[in-house]
Order: sequence, then C-alpha cells, then structure tokens
Amino acid sequence: MAAINRDDVAHLARLAHIEMSAQELDRMAGELAVIVDSVKSVSQAAGDDVPATSHPMPLTNVFRDDVVGHTFTAEQALSGAPDSEDNRFKVPAILDEA
Amino acid sequence: MNTDAILSFEEAMEKYDPVLGFEVHVELNTRTKMFSSAPNVFGDEPNTNVNEVDLGMPGVLPVVNKTAVESSIKIGLALNCKIAESCRFARKNYFYPDTPKNFQTSQYDEPIAYDGYLDIELSDGTVFRVEIERAHMEEDAGKLTHMGGATGRIHGADFSLVDYNRAGVPLVEIVTKPIEGAGSRAPELAKAYVAAIREIVKNLGVSDARMERGNVRCDANVSLRPHGRERFGIRSETKNVNSLRAVEHAVRYEIQRHAAVLDAGNPVVQETRHWHEDTRTTTSGRPKSDADDYRYFPEPDLVPVVPSREWVEELRATLPEPPAARRKRLQGDWGYSDLEFRDVVNAGVMDEIEETIAAGASASIARKWWMGEIVGRAKAADVDPGQLGVQPATIVELAGMVEDGKINNKMASQVLDGVLAGEGSPAEIVEKRGLAVVSDDGPLLEAIDAALAAQPGVADKIRNGKVQAVGAIVGGVMKATRGQADAGRVRELILEKLGVTV
Amino acid sequence: MTETNELIRLSAAALAEKLAAGEVTSVEATQAYLDRIAEVDGGERGINAFLHVNAEEALAVAAEVDAIRAAGGAEAEALHILAGVPIAVKDLIVTIGQPTTAGSKILEGWHSPYDATVVERLRAAKMPILGKTNLDEFAMGSSTEHSAYGPTRNPWDLDRIPGGSGGGSAAAVAAFEAPLALGTDTGGSIRQPGAVTGTVGVKPTYGSVSRYGAIAMASSLDQIGPVSRTVLDSALLHQVIGGHDPRDSTSLPDPLADLVAAAKTGNVEGLRIGIIKELHGEGYQAGVENRFRDALELLKEAGAEIVEVSCPNFQYALGAYYLIMPSEASSNLAKFDGVRYGLRVLPEEGPMTIERVMGATRAAGFGDEVKRRIILGTYALSAGYYDAYYGSAQKVRTLVQRDFEAAFTVADVLISPTAPTTAFPLGEKLDDPMAMYLNDVATIPANLAGVPGLSLPGGLADEDGLPVGIQLLAPAKEDARLYRVGAVLESLLEAKWGGPLLQSAPDLAAAVAGPVETLVGSQEAK
Repeated sequence: MAAINRDDVAHLARLAHIEMSAQELDRMAGELAVIVDSVKSVSQAAGDDVPATSHPMPLTNVFRDDVVGHTFTAEQALSGAPDSEDNRFKVPAILDEA
Repeated sequence: MNTDAILSFEEAMEKYDPVLGFEVHVELNTRTKMFSSAPNVFGDEPNTNVNEVDLGMPGVLPVVNKTAVESSIKIGLALNCKIAESCRFARKNYFYPDTPKNFQTSQYDEPIAYDGYLDIELSDGTVFRVEIERAHMEEDAGKLTHMGGATGRIHGADFSLVDYNRAGVPLVEIVTKPIEGAGSRAPELAKAYVAAIREIVKNLGVSDARMERGNVRCDANVSLRPHGRERFGIRSETKNVNSLRAVEHAVRYEIQRHAAVLDAGNPVVQETRHWHEDTRTTTSGRPKSDADDYRYFPEPDLVPVVPSREWVEELRATLPEPPAARRKRLQGDWGYSDLEFRDVVNAGVMDEIEETIAAGASASIARKWWMGEIVGRAKAADVDPGQLGVQPATIVELAGMVEDGKINNKMASQVLDGVLAGEGSPAEIVEKRGLAVVSDDGPLLEAIDAALAAQPGVADKIRNGKVQAVGAIVGGVMKATRGQADAGRVRELILEKLGVTV
Repeated sequence: MTETNELIRLSAAALAEKLAAGEVTSVEATQAYLDRIAEVDGGERGINAFLHVNAEEALAVAAEVDAIRAAGGAEAEALHILAGVPIAVKDLIVTIGQPTTAGSKILEGWHSPYDATVVERLRAAKMPILGKTNLDEFAMGSSTEHSAYGPTRNPWDLDRIPGGSGGGSAAAVAAFEAPLALGTDTGGSIRQPGAVTGTVGVKPTYGSVSRYGAIAMASSLDQIGPVSRTVLDSALLHQVIGGHDPRDSTSLPDPLADLVAAAKTGNVEGLRIGIIKELHGEGYQAGVENRFRDALELLKEAGAEIVEVSCPNFQYALGAYYLIMPSEASSNLAKFDGVRYGLRVLPEEGPMTIERVMGATRAAGFGDEVKRRIILGTYALSAGYYDAYYGSAQKVRTLVQRDFEAAFTVADVLISPTAPTTAFPLGEKLDDPMAMYLNDVATIPANLAGVPGLSLPGGLADEDGLPVGIQLLAPAKEDARLYRVGAVLESLLEAKWGGPLLQSAPDLAAAVAGPVETLVGSQEAK
C-alpha cells in the first residue's frame, strides 16, 4: 500500500468537497499517514475465503408497502434553506464561466 | 454554437463500423418513491412531494418500496434476464445539488436482473438481437432549473433553482452489452431499441413511459472502429436523448462526428455529450475525470433483496402478453396487411390505433386517420404522433360526422386542424367555422348543369356507359361549391340527370 | 435546597415510584433538574453538558402528566411507568421544537421538521425532555473536546474529559442534571463516557433500537441506547425506546425481551462469564485492571463461573473500525453542503460556483476531526483502495463475529474493562488522533459484530481516584443477560461501597463555582 502524501490529500479533499489550505493539506497528510500505517494490518488479516460482512444482523427483504405517507409543504421543506426563490432551493451557478 | 466537423453518414459507414450501447432509465409509476413514502407524481408544485427522506435531512433512513422491486423484476423478466438470487443496493458518491444526499442509492455489482436479451424488429422486418447486460434499481434526482443567462441552459446561468419532487422517484436502468454488427442501420436500431423498451414497460404497466415527461430517458454510447478490427474504439456517451427520433438522430450524428475526428487522425475523447434537439447536434459535457471516482460501497442503511424463486414465478405469471405476440394478435384482429401493419408500427401509432378502436372506431377508420392525417402532421411539426395529443374520442367523433354526411373528409381534415389548434371539440369547430355539407339539391343541380355544359364531351362519354368519367364532372361541381358539397350526392345527381343507372 | 438535592439524586425508578404514589410531582422533579442545570452547567467552569435547555416544553409535559395523575381514572392508569421522569437527549438525535446541531457549526441553528423515532417514543411515554446534550462533532471523538460548542467537563474532575462522544449525556447524568439520557454508540460513545463518569450506559443489539432520526455517523455501527445512574434505570429506558420501527430497514423484527424483569432477576448463579484475554492486561491502567479483578471476584462469589476466552481477531478490530467508520461517515456527511439546510459559506475569492460554495461551507462548517475522518473514508473507498481497505475491513468484521460466536459457546456473557484508562486531562490527546482512537479498543468489537454491551461503574482507580467502567457483552438479541448480570454486579459493588459510586463524587456546585486555581491545585494533589 502506498504511503499517503500531500497530493493524495488534495485529491481526496476535492472528492470530498472540502477546501483546504496548503498548511491543512500538509498537516492532514502527516496525520493520515500515521493512521493509515496503523490500520494496514487489516488488509492482511483475512484470507480470500473469508466473506465480507456489511451488516451486523443478517436481515433480508425489508420492504415498505407502496402507500403514500406524509409530505411537507414547500414552506416546511424550505424552512432551513440558506437561500430559496419561488418555492425552490436556490444555489449559485453550477459552472464557472466568469 | 457547435463547430464540430462531421462526415457524411454514407462516408462514415464506408470507413467505419459502429458499436452502440444504451443505458435507458425507466421511471416507475409506483404511488410512492423508491425509498420514501412521499408521492411519485409528475407536475405538482415544487417541493411539495417531499418529506424528510427526499430532502436528505439529517437522521433519515431509506426503506425500499416493494412495488418498485416487483416492477423491476417484471422488467427483468420481460427482457429475458436472470433474476438475482440476492442483490444489494450501493451508494454512488458524487456531489451535485439535485442529489439531496450527495450520493445516489443505486445498485453496483449486484443488479437485480442480468444477462438478458431483446429481439428488435427493424422496419423491413429484420430481427436484431440486443443483449442486455443488466437492469438495476436506483433513484431519480431532483430537477434543476438554470436561471439567468440567455438560454436557460447550465452554460451562462447565474444561479439555479432546485425542486426535489422528482428526487427519489424509482428508476430502473437498463444497460445493454456492446451492440455490434448494426452497420448503417445503427441509427434505426437505436430508435427501434428504445421504442421496444418503452413499449415493454408500458405494456407491463410499470411505467407511464412518456418520453416527453422523462419517464423513459436514453443515454446512447457510440464508438467507431475501422472495418475488420475487433477492438472497440473510444466511446462517447450522449445524454438527454429524450424522444425516439432524437435517439436516431443522436446516434447518426455521433457516428458522423466520430468519423470526422478519426478521419482527421485524432483520438475520440471519452466524454459525456449533450444532445440538442434544436440544432440536432451534440456538445461536449465534462470529460471523464477524477470526479468520476464514485466510491461505490454497499448501502449500509438497506439490507439485501433476496427474491425467492416462488416470488419470481408469481410475478412471471402476472406478465402481460409480450409486445411481439401482441403485435401478431392485433394485426390479425385488425385485418391489416403485413405492409400496412409494419407502416403502423414504424410510424409509432399502434397503441394509438388500438385506443381509437377501443373508443369505437373501425380498424380501417382508425388507420385512415392516424396514418393518413395525424402522422403527416406530426412529421411536419417534428414531434412523435402521440405527442400531438389527438384523443381517440376526437377521431371517433370526426369519423361519425363524415359517416352521417354532416361533413365530408376534406372538412373533417380542417376540423382536425382546428382541434389541434385548440379551437375546441369537433362539433364546436364545425359550428364555429360554419362547415356543413350542402344538402339542398337546388344549388347543386345548377352547379351540375353548369359543369355538364362546360364539358359536353365528358357528358356524352358517361351517357355511353363510361361511368368512371363522372369524376371529372364531380370535380367541377366540387370546385364550384368550394368543397362544400357532398361528393357522393353530387355523383348520384349527375348519373340520375344523365339517365345512367349503376 | 436539601430536598432538591435529594430529589435529583433519586434513580429514575425511584422517582417514578414517588410520582406514581403522588409524593412528588413531575413539575417539581423537572424544575429541580432545571435548577440543577442552571446551577452547574453554565459558566466558565460549568459542566457544559447541555447545548440547549428545553425548560418550557419540559415543564409543560410535566404539568400534563401531573394533571392526568391528579384526575385519576383510566388515563392515569394508562400512564407509562416513566411518565413525568425527565430525560436529556444527545444532540445527535433530531427533535421538533429544539435545535439539533450534532455538535457542529454546520448545523448551528437548524431545527428538524421531524422527530426521531426514539423521541416520538419518549413523547408517547410523556417523559419531559430537559434538553440536548453536548457531544463530539457528529459523534466523532472519545472526549467531547471535538464539539464545536466547547468541551464538556467531567463532574469528577472538571479538568478532565467526560469521555465521548456522548460526554454530554454521561456528564449530565453523573452531575445529577438529569436522571436519564439518550446516547448513541458507534464505537463506544455510550459505554466509554459511562465508564469515565461513573454512570451506566448500554449499547443495545444493532437493530434493536431504531436509528431513524439519529444523525448517522457510520450506519452499520451506530446504535442509540440508554444512559443512567443504575442498571435498572437503563433497562426501563431501553424498554421505552426499543422495538421494531418500520422506518429503519435494519430494525430487528423481534419483539423486545422483558429487560426490566431481567434487571430484577437478582442472581447469576451458574452463569458462565468469560474474560476476554485480549481485552485486559497490557495497555490497561493498573487501577482499571484492579477494579476489573474485584468485579470478577464478586461475580465468582455470587456463584458465576469465570472462564477465559480468546478472541484473536480483536487485534484487527480497531483497524477495521477506523476504515469502516470513516468510509460510511464520509458518505453520510456528504449531505451537509449548504444547499438544503444549515450553514452556507461563500468562498472568499475566486469563482462563486456551487462546487466552491460547498467546499467553503464544508471547510468552515466541519472541525478537524470530522475532516480527518471524511478524508480517511474517502481514501478507503476510492478507486484502487477499496479491496485493500474497506473490503478487508468487512472481512475482519466477519472474523470478529466468529470470535464472538466461539466465545459465546463457552460463556453466557463476556466481561472486560470498558476503557483502558480513567478520564484523561482535557487537551491531553487532542493532537494525537491515534492515542485518542485507542480509548475505544475494548468497546469497538461489539459494534463491529452488532452484539450488545453495557458499562457500569466498577469503582475508583487506586492511582487517581477516578471511575473505572466494567463492560459486559452478550450475544446479539440477548440484551436481557446484560441487565441481569449488570444489576447483580451493581448491587454487590454498592454493598461493598455502602451506596452508589456517584455518592463519592466531589461537591459539584462548589467546584463549578470555585476559583480556577483551587481546582488545578486539587488535581495536582491527586
């Protein structure tokens, strides 16, 4: 497993949509390197024959009947919105064309 | 706005062999959403068909809609797929403001249906088998409206508004394996494939299948390779191809564009393309980049779906007649010739004709109206015939008026124009426009006399038994009465006057 | 003052009895707790267990209960046993009518338009909700120092951490600011704070309490559970909040066992209690180990059979946890983006696109630990690393489950210290994430396997006089065994101590009010 460096952290921060200063990237890279190093034994712990467990309890087929339940009014839906217009959530431009 | 060079389709076909692939998203018509109990309804006021789950509020959890699972299994079965013994949902992680949780709950390596096929009949009756890779369950995103800027498009917009009513609507995504060997029929096959999917899901009753509402949406993958080469070329993925004709045009355009790129010695860029109906061209979306690291992992808030074989068989037993079998049956019922029926199918009006017959028209009347009147208008208006919004009841009413002799066929056609222009019902339009067959024989007889006098030679021919020649006189009378006369009655009166009995 | 003092020190069960008997009203009890909160929670050296105090609504619910009781009849008869008993709710759990912050700036001022299932159940039982308790931001931490709203102090020593992430709930209960509280436990966030504050905390079997309305950190590990001062009180609260919920797909369909009856069983004779070899000894503070030995001795005397079990794969549990938890968290926390609710921060310079607004919002709204875990999780899930990290961790999960299965063939209940150390000083481990993570080494296996765990006070460590927690673990869906063994051990210990452990906690009102220097001095003297 490759060590985690500053460029990796910058890439991950982009994926995670968290802006980070150069300083933060450096610090985070150092911290993550320690953590990643200490968890690396995990990849050697289990052989190929061991199945993965994604849920602690083995439930299957949990369904809901197709019956309409409660809804919000637009006002309720938008009550916590940082910005809205015409009963819709307002967001800045998606593309940078400035 | 588009400056991409293209080659002629013929030249492209001479040099290259197209490989296609389709991802068709079908919106299910369940009452509620995929993972929440909010209503799945199109066209309501923004952000009213939502609850905390659809808005991705803190603390919410999804619960799978059983009907959506059943619909997905039905689609899988209708596409001759295997139904998974066990499958899971996964999270597809990406940030976009129409995606309330900033991940889409979808299926990744464990789709509910896989390894199927669909036999597609082309316009000349050739059957082409399209292999289905998978059909999986997922949820739709909300709707973004781009504001400001000139075009209402994302480019140049100042800001966007988000309506989450559509967020969480159940989708089934049907993915084909690479389709090889279609050659120059690739655009036609593309249209026929999407039409077949639309027909199947509509027939199953699992989707409203209205493309104009986005119930069926197609992403078309196109790549070219030189003839004789096995390895696929680099593909583009054209999104937003939302009518049958657009599918055909988009595939055709991309083939021409790729060919020009390759001809110029350049590599095709693997990217998303956006289809523009107005210019019938595609433009570049964003290239595939690290933003496409979706970090799929099993959705921990949902448990596996394990369709028992009994459940699958129960669902199989409820499947309606497959469209191909249905076509065979309908052709027999309606008594259309092979050619007539194929024309109907290719024009995309089979369902409409069936509905019109169900509303009370005869098979021949229904065909006459749809094929003779409506298809041409749709072509002129550049839309699918069904999109014109002609109601079966309108056709029945019009046909009835003709049959009763209230109006003739020519007037009926004018009335149809009026209906399409939103002037009201056929009866109202007849009234408003003062359309009525002239039934008083007096003025007609005068017109007939004049017509006979103008063409004495023709009158003689008729007297001598050449009854077919009567058409020329009828034509003269119709012209004189500006089409208001009942042509049948005119013919009778002429023959009577000339003492000819038929 | 004395009366109030006595009232707030009653266990929930005892208070419920007095309420039922009409010896005290719910308004009196609720007001007593509100007074206590006012007395010890605020100020420079206050406990800071509460992020929001819900006085008006709590008193209204209390008055409603009192009115029903006063009127008598069927409605009074139908009152839940805990009706009128106040409770505090961890601020990770959404509530209508009160803000929910998750301890984060990104949700500052946000009001949920819906109630968590557990909150609905508290309301149905007519339990006045005193307020929302402090926590590490999004429950990520073991000290409550990662709260955006300041750390909570440990009532045993105001310069020490109360554990985390549920330090607010544990401290509130330990400081007699509430008789009961709700917590959430992803890797020990109920049990470890219980251990270091001398209180009881239970992580139920995964799926036995609905997660609907608990702001998710790691969905496959999170579980809501009770926090209290006695084992019986936790059983009573567990009984209120537990049971199937159709809004949580991972909610178990099984009916809830009679946990209260289990807590009243009163004997452990013949029960096999397994010491987990890997969860004590090396790396555990001597005073912790000593109190653990005392507990074993008492259980043995009471007729339990002590056996030793080995869970060799537990050595990988912490590593697996720190891959699974951040992976799920990185996805669960993606929704906090400044579009639909909460904070929106505009970038200071450059293009004002939604991408940048999301990036600036998340940069300003999340604290360092949250960012660290999001980045770590993003890494563990990213292309090329999934199999080595997330995939391997899920396999370790299988191995940990197998270890538990094997252990439970020879033992009915497992036992270990809850945390390797007593409460450490505020600030000590803030700059060393790995040292902080090691606090959870004994609690994490239960979350990975989904089995229930209970922590109860085991006494005070010899070297620092601070509380030590004893953890009991049972097979999945056998939460009742925890209450049975826990209640017995608690009564044996209390008999030995001559009363509840919290009785020996320092006089908080004086400490909170006292000058800073004195406290620092007293700490050094320890």
